[in-house]
Amino acid sequence: MSDHDDDDVIIETLLLPLDGWHRARGGRMVEFAGYWMPVQYEGIMAEHLWTRENAGLFDVSHMGQLTFTSDDGGDVVAALEALMPADIAGLALNRARYSLLLNESGGILDDLMLTRQAKDRVYMVVNGATKYDDIGHMIEHLPDEITLNLMEGHALLALQGPKAVDALARLIPGVEAMVFMQAGAFEWQGHDLWISRSGYTGEDGFEISIAAEGAEALAEALTAQPEVKPIGLGARDSLRLEAGLPLYGHDLSTEATPVMADLGFALFKRRREAADFPGAERILAERESGPIVKRVGLLVEGRQPVREGAAVVDADGSEVGHVTSGGFAPSVGAPIAMAYVPLALATPGTSIQLAQRGKVHAATVTTMPFVPHRYFRGAK
Amino acid sequence: MSRYFTEDHEWIDVDGDVGTVGISDYAQGQLGDIVFVDVPESGKSLAKGDEAAVVESVKAASDVYSPVSGTVVEGNPALTEEPGLVNTDAETEGWFFKLTLSDVSELDTLMDEAAYEAFVANL
Repeated sequence: MSDHDDDDVIIETLLLPLDGWHRARGGRMVEFAGYWMPVQYEGIMAEHLWTRENAGLFDVSHMGQLTFTSDDGGDVVAALEALMPADIAGLALNRARYSLLLNESGGILDDLMLTRQAKDRVYMVVNGATKYDDIGHMIEHLPDEITLNLMEGHALLALQGPKAVDALARLIPGVEAMVFMQAGAFEWQGHDLWISRSGYTGEDGFEISIAAEGAEALAEALTAQPEVKPIGLGARDSLRLEAGLPLYGHDLSTEATPVMADLGFALFKRRREAADFPGAERILAERESGPIVKRVGLLVEGRQPVREGAAVVDADGSEVGHVTSGGFAPSVGAPIAMAYVPLALATPGTSIQLAQRGKVHAATVTTMPFVPHRYFRGAK
Repeated sequence: MSRYFTEDHEWIDVDGDVGTVGISDYAQGQLGDIVFVDVPESGKSLAKGDEAAVVESVKAASDVYSPVSGTVVEGNPALTEEPGLVNTDAETEGWFFKLTLSDVSELDTLMDEAAYEAFVANL
């Protein structure tokens, strides 16, 4: 037997701060985004289901953590707004927002989370595989007065799941008071932390930035909580897929605009009215008249997963779209996928056909998420 | 009855001229949670090394090759409903298909259990 997909050859694969900790915990390490990272510990299915029921600890230190500041009167907010469609000026302090780094033609260079840490200071988390390209793009386009700092000495841990709040609040009282997309500075055993109530699983949870020196002790303290197990990249991918969240390099690329990617919520009203973000003319026209293709969710019939690269075919067998992510969804109990399809096929309920390795699979376009989001938006 | 292994991690038990084929316990451990298995239909003619079955884990799809040439007698019907049998019982209940061997001498090119264990230990 052999895998269908070949691994990319990477010349130098780097180690993250928790590398030894993962290996000691039985993590199976694979190369991802230029780093050795744990793909699984006890198994993707068990880790996935554990996270949906309890809490999972994910090491996402490969992601790029950036800060943007200015010492000499530069306008950090205006400078960043020029590169993306977010309303940052209207963002309250310690609030986070999802946005998209766009190129001149409106294609997506990366998706990201940004938080306003002070009036003129922004913290940003970008994808690991794209971070150096993002930095290059931003250095080229940001005014000289803006300082971009890559927090290379920092780890990033994500604690996700319905019991994440119980486990984290036991160690760091106060985090339970935050709501989804709120962030703040905390301290734990002398380590400065930046914690936001956000994540990539569709569950309630937190993302914790900590200097590399403290990362192992924090990971150890968190996994000592009865609710928490370490979770690998495999379950991170199946969890985010069920949550309908796109993955850059798969579901998002420079080929897609925010409208094609069905991320219209990232186009803020003030910015649409001003039409002052990269690619605004094209993106606003698409928003008005509809994109040619659109990202949709698919429920696949049968048991066999349909994966990235499979074709969406019409009745004659001609390729009219393609699957960008797909796999077996442990919480759904069936195969699911994301695909780009012509707008005429994008309505939920539409039956479509997928072709993979000479076999045709029936699928139905569906609304996302596949599993309801359970973010904490405030006490009931 | 003798058991042989391939370098692609298939096993075959041979009884007379009928062989039962599966994947090794090592292989199922590498694949992780198996969610789908496509086994060949009876009557299908296979040459040694042909793609005979597909096994899909949460993570990826893999081909299973026929260790020898022959004609498929039956695919394991239990795997349709319970593909996880390959994880729990890879070298027993989780077999993939049975075939009648057309050339028993092909078995000479395969490893015995001890040789396969040594092969896996070096991976």
